[in-house]
Amino acid sequence: MNPRTMYRKIWDAHVVHEAPGEPSLIYIDRHLVHEGTSPQAFTGLKEAGRKVRRPDLAFAVMDHSVPTKNRNLPILDEAAMGQFSALERNCRGAGITLFDMFSHNQGIVHVIGPELGITQPGQTIVCGDSHTSTHGAFGTLAFGIGTSEVEHVLATQCLSQYASKTMHIVVNGKRTKGVSAKDIILAIIGKIGIAGGTSRVVEYSGEAIRALSMDGRMTVCNMSIEGGARAGMIAPDHTTFAYMEGRPYVPRGKAFQEAVERWKALATDPGAKFDATVTLDASKISPQVTWGTNPGMVTGVTDRVPDPASFHEADDQKAAARALEYMGLKAGTLVVDIPVDRVFIGSCTNSRLNDLRAAARVVAGKHVSKTLKEALVVPGSMSIKAKAEAEGLDKIFRDAGFEWRDAGCSMCIAMNPDVLPPGERAASTSNRNFEGRQGKDSRTHLVSPIMAAAAAIAGHFVDVRDWNVDATE
Amino acid sequence: MQPFSKHTGLVLPLDRINVDTDQMVPKQFLKLQTKQGFGRVLFYDWRYLPGEKPNPDFILNQPRYKGASVMLARANFGCGSSREHAPWAVADYGFRVLIAPSYADIFYNNCFKNGILPVTLPDEKVEDLFKRAEKEPGYSLTADLPNQTISDAHGLNLKFEIDNFRKHVLLEGLDDIGLTLKHEAAITAFEQARHPGATMYEPVDAKYSPNQQ
Ligand code: SF4
Repeated sequence: MNPRTMYRKIWDAHVVHEAPGEPSLIYIDRHLVHEGTSPQAFTGLKEAGRKVRRPDLAFAVMDHSVPTKNRNLPILDEAAMGQFSALERNCRGAGITLFDMFSHNQGIVHVIGPELGITQPGQTIVCGDSHTSTHGAFGTLAFGIGTSEVEHVLATQCLSQYASKTMHIVVNGKRTKGVSAKDIILAIIGKIGIAGGTSRVVEYSGEAIRALSMDGRMTVCNMSIEGGARAGMIAPDHTTFAYMEGRPYVPRGKAFQEAVERWKALATDPGAKFDATVTLDASKISPQVTWGTNPGMVTGVTDRVPDPASFHEADDQKAAARALEYMGLKAGTLVVDIPVDRVFIGSCTNSRLNDLRAAARVVAGKHVSKTLKEALVVPGSMSIKAKAEAEGLDKIFRDAGFEWRDAGCSMCIAMNPDVLPPGERAASTSNRNFEGRQGKDSRTHLVSPIMAAAAAIAGHFVDVRDWNVDATE
Repeated sequence: MQPFSKHTGLVLPLDRINVDTDQMVPKQFLKLQTKQGFGRVLFYDWRYLPGEKPNPDFILNQPRYKGASVMLARANFGCGSSREHAPWAVADYGFRVLIAPSYADIFYNNCFKNGILPVTLPDEKVEDLFKRAEKEPGYSLTADLPNQTISDAHGLNLKFEIDNFRKHVLLEGLDDIGLTLKHEAAITAFEQARHPGATMYEPVDAKYSPNQQ
């Protein structure tokens, strides 16, 4: 057989039906569901008189609109309440596992999938959410789908898909101290552009990727969609297997050993061809800060806000000028001179235990700037929260002036009360800096957890490399 | 799904690259549980001033584009979130045809599920259409799916490419799920051969789990 990419191997193993000139029918191993994009799918199913084919392969969680404090108080947002009851009703009706707001395993859908071992190498995973690419960190083909496709998977456990093109992103070398997984992926997006991965599935490899923990790998794969890619993936290795062993849905004993052997065979064969290859040198990547209104509008922390005239294309010049106006920034301003009003450490990009540990190392023994209006830490799941508390991280953050919240999407999307007010500027560890993303007319700068933590202490962006802290997440 | 064959309509030129789905339908409307009524909130933050007063500067509110049903857009249209609320809003507002140099994957796919024809044309062709639409009030285009052409009243006639299968599904207004269910036997055979169950080995704190029996 010809050498195959990992993507192709997983694809081939999931083809249920194929015919020339038609998309292939591929089987879906795990379907993750949340309250935001599922109600219309369940309604559609009901209207057509169809049933959920494999409720045992679907897992649902409340994350997008959940409050991050005082969960036992009544929820005043009726629309959000409506979503929660719909999800509960739909899951109960179909027999789908539901992690509701009060579950100890509740959390952001892309955090709890891996954490519970629902996510496993070699699987196909979908969710009505674009950041489903996160799960690719395990050597999984995972991608976001629309609500019509959510309904399709519920009804058939399959999706009709065309195979994607592939892209190989190789990150060679070692990152320097103070540079995070987040900086690697922001630098990649800065290089390929936010549409650079369109219609492609990306595989990340190279020394700097191999050196990442699973938490760091998830950060990288999470933002594949911000580079336009359909999915991002990393071949599973001993780091992956060590992370997985003993998690609730992961096979035990001999079955685990057998699974590991199968998982090892997933890696791309030597000589397999990718449709495109991009190479980066990790040692040249500096801490990144976005200055505009999409994740590709990014620069190094020691740089200046660019001049729109410096872009080649007229469309890009217009977009940059508009972004600077929206962000209230002047071209030529040093990034480290940009003050921040609020800091948000959380989201499916950067809310895992290692992210919190790294941020805590920055703030330990210090206090947030007097100029700061709010600093939030929102763990990605309730079990991460519990583990962090067992290590005393909550105390470190609280003593430093941060708020310590319950798990959820929170200020990443501001569907709950955690909203960035109009005109205010945040250092945020989330993944999107689109206009209005964190609140109408709010201004988002995407950064790593340690960069966000340092900005909270200083009241403006700083080059965290000068603080001599260990970035390892 | 509503079938699509041929459509003629007023053109609205939306001159911005990388328009993301957060702009099409901001998050506060993702809590609605229906697919209807999203046309009112399409491009909400761009379209309305405080108190839902139409912003006269935004193109959707300009009288000459009232009733537009063909949207001209720039590269990477529909990037970001997978929310299908975006195409629901586009369709509910009355748009049936999109023309752009490129689209983000999920949005593009979602269009076909909602009877919207997303036409892809090369940059320079789209640029030319922008010029025409901006110059001539009432400028209309016809999208002809069977012949794969975009044409205007002045003799312009452009051929566009589209995947044959998608074209067929859109022309017939077919139900995707119904199509897949025709392969029921193959799905069952696949399941029996591979049996990808989700066995639980340690209790988790979940409601209604089929794994907890
Ligand atoms: S944390 Fe943000 S990006 Fe991630 S799933 Fe939630 S809303 Fe989406």
